[in-house]
Amino acid sequence: MYRIIERKDLSSTIKLMRIAAPEIAKKAQAGQFVILRIHDHGERIPMTIADFDRAQGTITIVFQVVGKSTEELATLKEGESILNFLGPLGQPSEIKKYGKAVCIGGGVGVAPIYPIARALHEAGNQVISIIGARNEKMLFYEEEMNSVSDHFHIVTDDGSRGNQGLVTDILCDLLESGEQIDLVFAIGPVPMMRAVAELTRGHGIKTFVSLNPIMVDGTGMCGGCRVSVGETSKFACVDGPDFDAHQVDFDQLLERQKMYCQEEQDSKEHWHQCKCRG
Amino acid sequence: MRTQEPNVRIHNFDEVALGYTEEQAVAEAERCLNCKKKPCSSGCPVGVDIPGFIELIKERDFLGAAKKVKESNNLPAICGRVCPQEAQCEKYCALGKKGESVAIGRLERFVADRERECGVETPPLPEPQGKKVAVVGSGPAGLTVAADLAKLGYGVTMFEALHDPGGVLIYGIPQFRLPKEIVKGEIDYIKGLGVDLKVDSLIGRIQSVDELLADGYNAVFIGTGAGLPNFMNIPGENLNGVYSANEFLTRTNLMKAYQFPEYDTPIKVGKLAAVIGGGNVAMDSARCALRLGAEEVYIIYRRSEKEMPARAEEIEHAVEEGVKLNLLCAPTRIIGEDGWVKALECIKFELGEADESGRRRPVPIEGSEFIMEMDTVVMAIGNSPNPLISQTTPDLETGWRGILVADPETGLTTKPGVYAGGDIVTGAATVISAMGAGKRAAAAIDRYLKGDDS
Ligand SMILES: Cc1cc2nc3c(=O)[nH]c(=O)nc-3n(C[C@H](O)[C@H](O)[C@H](O)COP(=O)(O)OP(=O)(O)OC[C@H]3O[C@@H](n4cnc5c(N)ncnc54)[C@H](O)[C@@H]3O)c2cc1C
Ligand SMILES: Cc1cc2nc3c(=O)[nH]c(=O)nc-3n(C[C@H](O)[C@H](O)[C@H](O)COP(=O)(O)OP(=O)(O)OC[C@H]3O[C@@H](n4cnc5c(N)ncnc54)[C@H](O)[C@@H]3O)c2cc1C
Ligand code: SF4
Ligand code: SF4
Ligand code: FES
Ligand SMILES: [Mg+2]
Repeated sequence: MYRIIERKDLSSTIKLMRIAAPEIAKKAQAGQFVILRIHDHGERIPMTIADFDRAQGTITIVFQVVGKSTEELATLKEGESILNFLGPLGQPSEIKKYGKAVCIGGGVGVAPIYPIARALHEAGNQVISIIGARNEKMLFYEEEMNSVSDHFHIVTDDGSRGNQGLVTDILCDLLESGEQIDLVFAIGPVPMMRAVAELTRGHGIKTFVSLNPIMVDGTGMCGGCRVSVGETSKFACVDGPDFDAHQVDFDQLLERQKMYCQEEQDSKEHWHQCKCRG
Repeated sequence: MRTQEPNVRIHNFDEVALGYTEEQAVAEAERCLNCKKKPCSSGCPVGVDIPGFIELIKERDFLGAAKKVKESNNLPAICGRVCPQEAQCEKYCALGKKGESVAIGRLERFVADRERECGVETPPLPEPQGKKVAVVGSGPAGLTVAADLAKLGYGVTMFEALHDPGGVLIYGIPQFRLPKEIVKGEIDYIKGLGVDLKVDSLIGRIQSVDELLADGYNAVFIGTGAGLPNFMNIPGENLNGVYSANEFLTRTNLMKAYQFPEYDTPIKVGKLAAVIGGGNVAMDSARCALRLGAEEVYIIYRRSEKEMPARAEEIEHAVEEGVKLNLLCAPTRIIGEDGWVKALECIKFELGEADESGRRRPVPIEGSEFIMEMDTVVMAIGNSPNPLISQTTPDLETGWRGILVADPETGLTTKPGVYAGGDIVTGAATVISAMGAGKRAAAAIDRYLKGDDS
């Protein structure tokens, strides 16, 4: 069992949990993820490691309530426990000195971009960060991101905080201003990552994205997480989750993420009914 | 042997084969000639004293018979159910030459079930040796090593990546063929021997093999299996509705998708399902697909029925249940619509010259392509070793498709103190061969730690 040490609402649908998992904390690196299971009827859910504290032995996850399992996870309180917590999984992000790096986080993707931005910053890169959300209430990690960035931009869809528009608007401006950019790292909804890839492709800027296909084991055993990258099929859980954005078949990823739409609805309804019946 | 009726069992996941009654078991045992040379035992990879335990059944000493089997086989309730007996012990039975071999597997299952019903006792444990062994992977190979070393007094810690131990026995082989309660029983027994089981522990990520050795483990056994699913690399394999058998079976068995939405993990099976392959994995996938509601299920296999590697009983059960065998053909591409599987294009084969293995090689017939409408496709064309351990342990030598190089007699790898066995060394094989490798490795580790071997 893995104890929830801290639980926070970052917004109405985005929650932070700090979980005691000293062995994972010892090994975790930016870009890796965990797979957790709430209880013995639960599914295995992948979550990026949003932060780790080796001294305290904790792993932080930040998640958005989107369906049955994340809704149930959000009901857990400090002091309660999660049954299974496996990690660190996946390849760490490729952190080295690139020069000038742009880190883009959209929606809940701000959480996983944070440790990467921090690591890039620590590796001596100049870091320009762009974070975006639907509105001010959905924004989080502003201070954290600011503290690891040389330049920091905020955008919201409705302009309630920062610039109004999309993260790609800022990126576009940067690219057009002729600024020399050596690396772009983008994590967020698939359409956002696809748009970033399209923008940087023409400029020939190395671009990484972190992919989130549907996973089961997370150890390379099921192949459910396969994504088309260039000419080949990769297992995101072991070969990734970071990939060269210019090689990724984003349309296929979008389709594959929808595979269980109907069942996910049924699962949620079934759970709500059970809750009502007590 | 009694079985559930096919039209009943395709609607449930309960065990198909119901096992012998006491009278049936004794009657079957009476057929055994108690051959002096024990040809049957020489066909068993772990050399079970077959006439020995069958004699005890004749005397109705069922618990004695179970003990006899367990002298060489830690997991008889499992082997009795899943060994390919017709290619092993029963193949060499003296009675098989003229008529029907003694049903050794079924008798083994009978005595093991009897023993379990009476409650298995933990043997008295020896004095601790003060030495520690790490076992990586909790499939049949790892379970055997852990049990044997614990019985010798070693401190054993078993690391398993998944949340439940048992390897393929838990995530792959379905409930209706091997009830999970039986696997759990065996694992409880092993825990009772003092083995410390750590689930959610992926070696290579949470700790490397070198770190285990530095951490005070005197030896490491690697039994990580062949868990990496192969695909055919044909167009359309990443469409929705295409599964590897591993994913299909893991969702169904480990995650209990057949009880969705009581259990949270979904699975999707349409009306028409094709399973590519001819082994046990293919049969298990096909029979799961039927039970999950597919109306028509096809096995697509390149060779003829005679060459199918699956256990004879599984093919028989699958056909009884209505699985259709489409032999001598293979997929060439998967056709999609809106991201989903719509149809499967296959090509026909004919049997040509015999290859090295003596099997006639299938040759594609040009222009014989045909299309079958389909909404689920399961790829059951084999598994390779997962490369994580070899990637993170620089001095482990690997061979064909990433198997670990190890001495067949001792399991010793190219790294001192590190042993390996089971599918990670042989490539996908059988439960009993993995256990045999585990037994030999446990004996070798014991010799190594006592200093008789260096
Ligand atoms: C490597 C990786 C890292 C991730 N990191 C985060 C994170 O830091 N924060 C966060 O909020 N979310 C993250 N996700 C996504 C998260 O796993 C899903 O949102 C969650 O599993 C949804 O479960 P649900 O039952 O609440 O929703 P459901 O209603 O079951 O699903 C909603 C959507 O989530 C996706 N999803 C469902 N099941 C899975 C699954 N087993 N694996 C992956 N995606 C699934 C599907 O696209 C689905 O349509 C990550 C996914 C991956 C693969
Ligand atoms: C669907 C199916 C049906 C089968 N049917 C039969 C049958 O009827 N009869 C028969 O004899 N054989 C059958 N087999 C084959 C048989 O199951 C295998 O040969 C046998 O299980 C191999 O045992 P093993 O101990 O080597 O590995 P496995 O059973 O594969 O166990 C390996 C374990 O190691 C774990 N692991 C892997 N990597 C790591 C790591 N890095 N760290 C920690 N843990 C790790 C895995 O999660 C797994 O639990 C079948 C196989 C399948 C897939
Ligand atoms: S372990 Fe398998 S091969 Fe050996 S006697 Fe039992 S059923 Fe036959
Ligand atoms: S070969 Fe057949 S008849 Fe002879 S001892 Fe073995 S099981 Fe009995
Ligand atoms: S999640 Fe199963 S192989 Fe990646
Ligand atoms: Mg879900």
